[in-house]
Amino acid sequence: MLDKLTRFFASRWGIVLTGGSIGVLASALQRLGNPPNMGICVACFERDIAGALGLHRAEVVRYIRPEIIGFVLGATLAALVFHEFKARAGSAPLVRFVLGVLAMIGALVFLGCPWRALLRLSGGDLNAITGLVGLAVGIAVGVQFLKSGYTLGRSHKTYPAVGWIIPLLMVGLLLLAVFQPQFTEDGAIVFSTTGPGSMHAPLLISLVVGLVIGFLAQRTRFCTMGSIRDVILMGDTHLISGVGALVVFALGTNLVLGQFKIGFATQPVAHSSHLWNFLGMALAGLAFALAGGCPGRQLFLSGEGDSDSGVFVLGMIVGAGISHNFGLAGKPDSLVDGALTVGGISAAGMWAVGIGLVICLLIGFTMRERS
Amino acid sequence: MSVIVDARGYSCPEPVMQMRAAEQQGKFPIEVLVETVTSRENVRRAAEMLGLKVKVESIGEDEYKLILER
Repeated sequence: MLDKLTRFFASRWGIVLTGGSIGVLASALQRLGNPPNMGICVACFERDIAGALGLHRAEVVRYIRPEIIGFVLGATLAALVFHEFKARAGSAPLVRFVLGVLAMIGALVFLGCPWRALLRLSGGDLNAITGLVGLAVGIAVGVQFLKSGYTLGRSHKTYPAVGWIIPLLMVGLLLLAVFQPQFTEDGAIVFSTTGPGSMHAPLLISLVVGLVIGFLAQRTRFCTMGSIRDVILMGDTHLISGVGALVVFALGTNLVLGQFKIGFATQPVAHSSHLWNFLGMALAGLAFALAGGCPGRQLFLSGEGDSDSGVFVLGMIVGAGISHNFGLAGKPDSLVDGALTVGGISAAGMWAVGIGLVICLLIGFTMRERS
Repeated sequence: MSVIVDARGYSCPEPVMQMRAAEQQGKFPIEVLVETVTSRENVRRAAEMLGLKVKVESIGEDEYKLILER
């Protein structure tokens, strides 16, 4: 029975089911209270968690997002049921941490991870197009490194307890989300009262949706970065059929729920600074490719015991702190007295993207095995 | 004499790339060793896309051997 299910989840129908489920559930979460065109965003939600823990001081983006907790614990559950939970470690964890930091800086310049880029497009935000092109270009550069022997090396089996660190961290976050203890005045644990951080679906619903997606994604290996990488590298369209399903089902759900608004201007939590949308996601895409997975995939892997992916996740959370504390994140467009003010990023943000790209290139050029 | 590709510990797509590099050498059978179900399924799918026959064996705890033949 488990073998049959495994073969189904490994099939094209399995990945389409997962992508379609994410599309429908993300759009539904938006209706239930999550921010517009941000039904699910792994980067934004990890950023919100960083804020709730006091790792940055951007008041409008602080909330312990139960979806993230659900992704990890759903993957843990799936891995346990199908006997795939396996603690592993030791594949250049510090490099993965750095890649996580840089990936978050790039994603927050664009204002979203690949999942949100797809969901923004499905909601009619055409600014997502330059972001997605940037993502593909970044991944294409990463593929060239892979072809020339880039690798972070083998991981090794380790103590089962190591594999439980990230799932247990998520259990701790869930307790903090439920009880919201106040450790310091105006510090952790603190939730936004205005802005995107204040907008959220009921905790239990977010958690259950996260668990379902985590379970499905662990079984099917859903990965947005991998979908583009596999097409470029091998002409393999397996994973991208799931990504296509995500867009189609999210678009359909948005149309049904009246959440579709096409255009470039004043899209929710987005800016129309096209060059930086492109470059921010190019940086993120390259970092994902070098680390072997998009932010969602890194969460699912960390749920099944891969502590190297856990280090990437921690890098992203720290990266969110750096991004907001140093003013690197993109500022959304806004309408003031009927006049459109284009957002975009600060000079420091531009420097950060440039430096991030250079660091990724150095990693790609210097970490190669020759056969 | 089999060609052995030891991809244990590498994460995808590296096991698939190592398998494809061995396939291009044209010597069969190829034995690919992996240690996650993800790698097993990815190598299996990629090999089937190349028109190869794939046989999977479990070896030890959580390790798999894929035997690929033309």
